[in-house]
Amino acid sequence: MTTGITDTRVYVETPEGADLPMDPAGVGVRIAAYLIDFLIRVGVVVLLSMVLAYADKLGEGLLLICYFLIDWFYPVYFEVWRGGATPGKKAMGILVVNVDGSPVSFSSSLIRNLLRFVDSFPVIFYVPALVCCLCNKRFQRLGDLAAATMVIYAQAQQARPHISEPGKASVPTDFNLEEQRALIAFAERSENLSPDRQKELADVLMPVLKVKDPIKTIKQMANTLVGGRE
Amino acid sequence: MKQQQFENLYAERWNRFEVLLQEAELSRPLNPLELKEFAQLYRKVCHFHSLAKERRYSSYMVDKLGELIVRGHQQLYKRKTDYRQKMIQFFLADFPCLVRKEARFFWVATALFYVPALIYFIVVLLKPELVYGFLDPMTVIQLESMYNPENRLVGEAREAATNWHMFGFYIRNNISVAFNCFASGFVWCLGSIFFLVFNSLLLGSVSGHMVNVDYSETFFTFVIGHGSFELTAIVLSGAAGLKMGYALIAPGNYSRLEALKRAASIAIKLMFGVIAMLVIAAFIEAFWSSNNLFLAWQKYLVGAVLWAVVFIYLAFAGKQAELPDKTEFNP
Repeated sequence: MTTGITDTRVYVETPEGADLPMDPAGVGVRIAAYLIDFLIRVGVVVLLSMVLAYADKLGEGLLLICYFLIDWFYPVYFEVWRGGATPGKKAMGILVVNVDGSPVSFSSSLIRNLLRFVDSFPVIFYVPALVCCLCNKRFQRLGDLAAATMVIYAQAQQARPHISEPGKASVPTDFNLEEQRALIAFAERSENLSPDRQKELADVLMPVLKVKDPIKTIKQMANTLVGGRE
Repeated sequence: MKQQQFENLYAERWNRFEVLLQEAELSRPLNPLELKEFAQLYRKVCHFHSLAKERRYSSYMVDKLGELIVRGHQQLYKRKTDYRQKMIQFFLADFPCLVRKEARFFWVATALFYVPALIYFIVVLLKPELVYGFLDPMTVIQLESMYNPENRLVGEAREAATNWHMFGFYIRNNISVAFNCFASGFVWCLGSIFFLVFNSLLLGSVSGHMVNVDYSETFFTFVIGHGSFELTAIVLSGAAGLKMGYALIAPGNYSRLEALKRAASIAIKLMFGVIAMLVIAAFIEAFWSSNNLFLAWQKYLVGAVLWAVVFIYLAFAGKQAELPDKTEFNP
């Protein structure tokens, strides 16, 4: 890949010959998702115990069954039947998939969730999981390794960037594809950069361009490259 | 080709693909024509993505197409499973077949579970005070009061609602133990061995003590009914854990990771069976074992029948379906 090791993206080749780009989710965001799920689970249990308290012994029995289901099957349910993400994961914009990019199956989900017991062993909070996540490029914990699953970022819909500058400028012919792409990337991202930062970046090209306003010129070059309107 | 030209030419197609994709994601079933279109467009969009990447179009373009194919892939390769059919097939044939196929692990787990129990049982019979080597005095007192024939009520021991309470308790407690017994096998089998031997010693010491204090009838009439399902399920969960851990110890021709994945996907199927057996066991334990309306011999008889059922089921069910080269079943 041309991206080298500048990011953590992994590619999975599909039967159609496409490389699926997937961004594994790291430890931090997963801890946040876990904490959200934890709070939801505690909330549900508290609510249930208040309601079922009216049903006496029968209620106690039901409550214990609910504890059991929430303990072990809360993640499995959401991962298999609700698009791969528990509410916590959804909130953090991540989801569970098989390492081949396909949706996670019931078996795989159960394996990764039963192995939480090992991942969180013994008492110290998820230390084996943490160590394991840091030791492989897909940030898989032990359960993920056994189930062949991984947690990735759900791709958010991005707004279409547009290049604000009108007009075109010719691009020096000795710019290779990589460099041309950098020009486009700069033009598209410039909306999110402060004017000072824009200037700082654009000035890098000053020795080559030798123009008065490199920012404007680069944007116009980008227009030429993407073949945009006049 | 310039990016803008590319977009002008093909955007219509990936926009159409996105529309279909959204409908599929909202689980609205696509009609056959749309399905055909979906598959064709998916391949097209894969192609566009490769082109866009190769021609170094803007990140936005490449990422957008990349996102579409990741989502499309998820929908295209979503497994549509007839769970009911699979479950019937699994419990009628595949599960017992699997247990027989993994008989090695089953017998090792059986030995780990029953041999220490038997030894400790005999030890406690010979030296009664040794029960305190494993159980603390408070637990022993509790157990004694539970199984003291004088505390036994005539008729149903408890009201129905209490049975439900106990049912919930057994479900939660026993299945959690089985899950932990399985999962901890990951650590080179050590966890499963620990859980098997620990529970074995518990069983041995309690049984031995009950005989010593002469409460054996109340105790064994209680235990025999659900024991068939419960104890066998615990052994099976241990076997599943051993299977997984053994893949890490002796991965054979695979890498350790690959061996682990393969073993885990088989072991988890054993766990499906374990869950079902423990639900049955909890039901028997809560509603039958505690019932004192029946005489001791009747309870022993039913217990024996249940043991026979478990044995025959695991030993013979699905035998005719068991072909030498049967293709792997994957739920």
